[in-house]
Amino acid sequence: MDRMPHWADAVLVPLISLILAAILSALVIIGIGEDPVAAFNLMVEGALMRSAGWGYTLYYATNFMFTGLAVAVAFHARMFNIGGEGQATLGGLGVALVLLYIPWPHWSLALLAATLGAAAFGAIWAFIPAYLQAKRGSHIVITTIMFNFIAAAFLNYVLVNLLRPQGAMDPATEKFPEATHLPTFRDMFSSAETIMFRGAPANVTFFLAVIACLVVWLLLWRTRLGYEIRAFGHSESAAKYAGISPVRITVIAMLISGALAGMMALNTTQGESERLILNATEGAGFIGIAVALMGRSHPFGVFLAAILFGFLFQGGAELALWTNIPRELIVVIQALVILFTGALDNMVRMPLERVFLALRRKEG
Amino acid sequence: MTQTAPAIELKGISKAFGPVQANKDISIRVMPGTIHGIIGENGAGKSTLMSILYGFYKADAGEIFIQGQKTTIPDSQAAIAAGIGMVFQHFKLVPNFTVLENVILGAEDGELLKPSLAKAREALTDLAAEYELKINPDAVVETLSVGHQQRVEILKALYRQADILILDEPTGVLTPAEADQLFRILNRLREEGKTIILITHKLREIMDITDTVSVMRRGEMTATVKTAETDPEALAELMVGRKVLLRVDKQPAEPGAPILQVRGLRVVDGDGVERLKGIDLEVHAGEILGIAGVAGNGQSELLEVLGGYRDATGEVRLNGDVIDLTGKKSDGQSRRKRGIAHVPEDRQREGLIMDYHAWENVAFGYHHDAAYQSGILMNNAAIKADTERKMEKFDVRPPDPNLAAKNFSGGNQQKIVVAREIERNPDLLLVGQPTRGVDIGAIEFIHQQIVSLREAGKAVLLVSVELDEILSLADRVAVMFDGVIMGERRASETDEKELGLLMAGITEMPDKPIIDAVEEQLAAKEAREAKQHG
Repeated sequence: MDRMPHWADAVLVPLISLILAAILSALVIIGIGEDPVAAFNLMVEGALMRSAGWGYTLYYATNFMFTGLAVAVAFHARMFNIGGEGQATLGGLGVALVLLYIPWPHWSLALLAATLGAAAFGAIWAFIPAYLQAKRGSHIVITTIMFNFIAAAFLNYVLVNLLRPQGAMDPATEKFPEATHLPTFRDMFSSAETIMFRGAPANVTFFLAVIACLVVWLLLWRTRLGYEIRAFGHSESAAKYAGISPVRITVIAMLISGALAGMMALNTTQGESERLILNATEGAGFIGIAVALMGRSHPFGVFLAAILFGFLFQGGAELALWTNIPRELIVVIQALVILFTGALDNMVRMPLERVFLALRRKEG
Repeated sequence: MTQTAPAIELKGISKAFGPVQANKDISIRVMPGTIHGIIGENGAGKSTLMSILYGFYKADAGEIFIQGQKTTIPDSQAAIAAGIGMVFQHFKLVPNFTVLENVILGAEDGELLKPSLAKAREALTDLAAEYELKINPDAVVETLSVGHQQRVEILKALYRQADILILDEPTGVLTPAEADQLFRILNRLREEGKTIILITHKLREIMDITDTVSVMRRGEMTATVKTAETDPEALAELMVGRKVLLRVDKQPAEPGAPILQVRGLRVVDGDGVERLKGIDLEVHAGEILGIAGVAGNGQSELLEVLGGYRDATGEVRLNGDVIDLTGKKSDGQSRRKRGIAHVPEDRQREGLIMDYHAWENVAFGYHHDAAYQSGILMNNAAIKADTERKMEKFDVRPPDPNLAAKNFSGGNQQKIVVAREIERNPDLLLVGQPTRGVDIGAIEFIHQQIVSLREAGKAVLLVSVELDEILSLADRVAVMFDGVIMGERRASETDEKELGLLMAGITEMPDKPIIDAVEEQLAAKEAREAKQHG
């Protein structure tokens, strides 16, 4: 028998983890002499009560959806891809090359091509660790994290020495052509009388992320490839028995994972900055791990968790702006949420399982 | 009137794991100086009961008396202190330690090992003399045969002054001759006044050696009887709760054309050790070839090669066509396409994805089947319908395609695997340990299915460590020892004794006592292993 109902595992555990993280965060805020209730109100106010706030929340959420899905797909094949950061960095390069060197008549075509570029570059960056794992047994956790550093250094070199416009001082490419700029939420949802999402970076890529969630769900639970990926993730010995090649699945799952991480760059590079800059990923590759853990590696869970982390990012920025709570403490709060929902998952799950067992025994 | 106190008395022991009541109000008295058998199907609660006695689990209710004293056993240290020793089914030995080092592990007298080792060496010499437990104290454990490793486990318990010895399925990995020798040791221990609890599912062992036998079914102790006053049929009925057919009904075989032909098959594993050393065999249509042998003599490798997940050299023909033994076309998918179905030895590690639903498992390995696809997606509805049909035909309980494999009992899990493979109507069925960890009722059913495939004119290659199973199912028996086939016999013209000798690597009836011949063979094999090891 399962130890507790599925809904409890999917909803109750993350919810309780979140509440615990919130309580601990409140204690920290009290510790530095601020009012946690006011702080929370400010976060909600800043991230969710105005359309501009939502514009930021959903912008961050878009990043986290892509990187969260990337981690989730690899998880299903029992691989821990912590190289989302590097794959997204390379994805940015793919976007930039496609947009800078090919003239595009319309943003939609540009987006389509940039998607392919981002996915291809991210996938290539994931392929090398995947191949080394599949053929040589080099552990993917070690290689992917190393590849994050290599990617950062590589991009630095490319921007400074190859792509930087002549005479420019900062390591970035020139602006992408006007025709490739993506419609923002402001462009899409404002009417003549009311301007919505003023100044917010959320753009059409958000919908691409939602579609990606749907496609990943279909892939994992409705296609033969997904069936094989999950089977391999559950039991490598059984996969071999069934004639599922471990090498093939390892490589394909990582290619998909890397492609998804790479696609994050669409949002930051084509959507927001409209040129390629250094450190455009802002740690979203790592947040993706927490998002996937909290979302139970399910695309719908990833969607919800990404929005939550989007809220934390935007709310945190508001706190730093309007209160005496220092920027570092906001990172602490975010870290607490990651800690409780990701790493300390079992701390909540095990007592909860016991509660459900006791309840069931009473019924029985 | 004076009466000796029982060595162990359990009163009203209950233990539940969540909704599963593993032990329900169990009471048992084990008298000192006797061998007490505990028999029951898998999942009947035998292991749980012994784990409670050895301090691994805490009982929800009930009392334990050792030598008449009420005792609590919170952990295994307490069990050892109370004089209880346990020999597990899977040995708890450090493979690269010597016998001596294993014996003192956890019972060292101080920081320095030398005095403990000297003391243990002396104690082992005494024990060897007293109980016929001869063993070289300086041998590295991984070079020892399984039977000798078990001896180390027994010595470990005796070194810790155990008066009560619990053996969990001790003969599962032994040749019949080694099992006989184990029983001689147990008899000797009984004569010296030790109390022995023997957990097994083999009725024959119970009849051969125990004084008293307790039967468990579904967590309850259904009967405790004097062994002399019962018979195997009655015990089987007590275990299952209904009359059971212990032998398989089948017509004489009518072998047709050869389906599988194997010539000079060799396998070298990752460590460079040769696991198969030139296997030749043939399986004909309408015939079951049984491969007997102690686990670990190359049977698993043979199945893996034929099933398509281990590389080999040599020649294998199916229906006359050579099949690939390495490369892309030697995988499980290619094998299935050619008409080889495979019920693997370990259903939990290989045959099933335990977290997958029953319906996902019914498609497992056959997930490329056109009937299971609709466009680029899988046709889950079709798979579920197929699962329902197979579950009904094979009487899988509960017949719920949406239940995860891990939530079925061992017997029903195996039925899912067998249904999946047999319903493909393969030319050749590979079957490994078809009834390991399967309850008697399901054993009967699975055996019938295998026989009816044979009767439909298909070839079956059966690997089993249970000689009874081989003898009752197979038409011909090939015995494997150390990667070679020692000999082949018609099942109707051989017996356990002859096969037992072959299993120990002895091809001719020796002119000295069998036990000595077996010892010699094992010593030679150990010497080879030690050489490879060094």
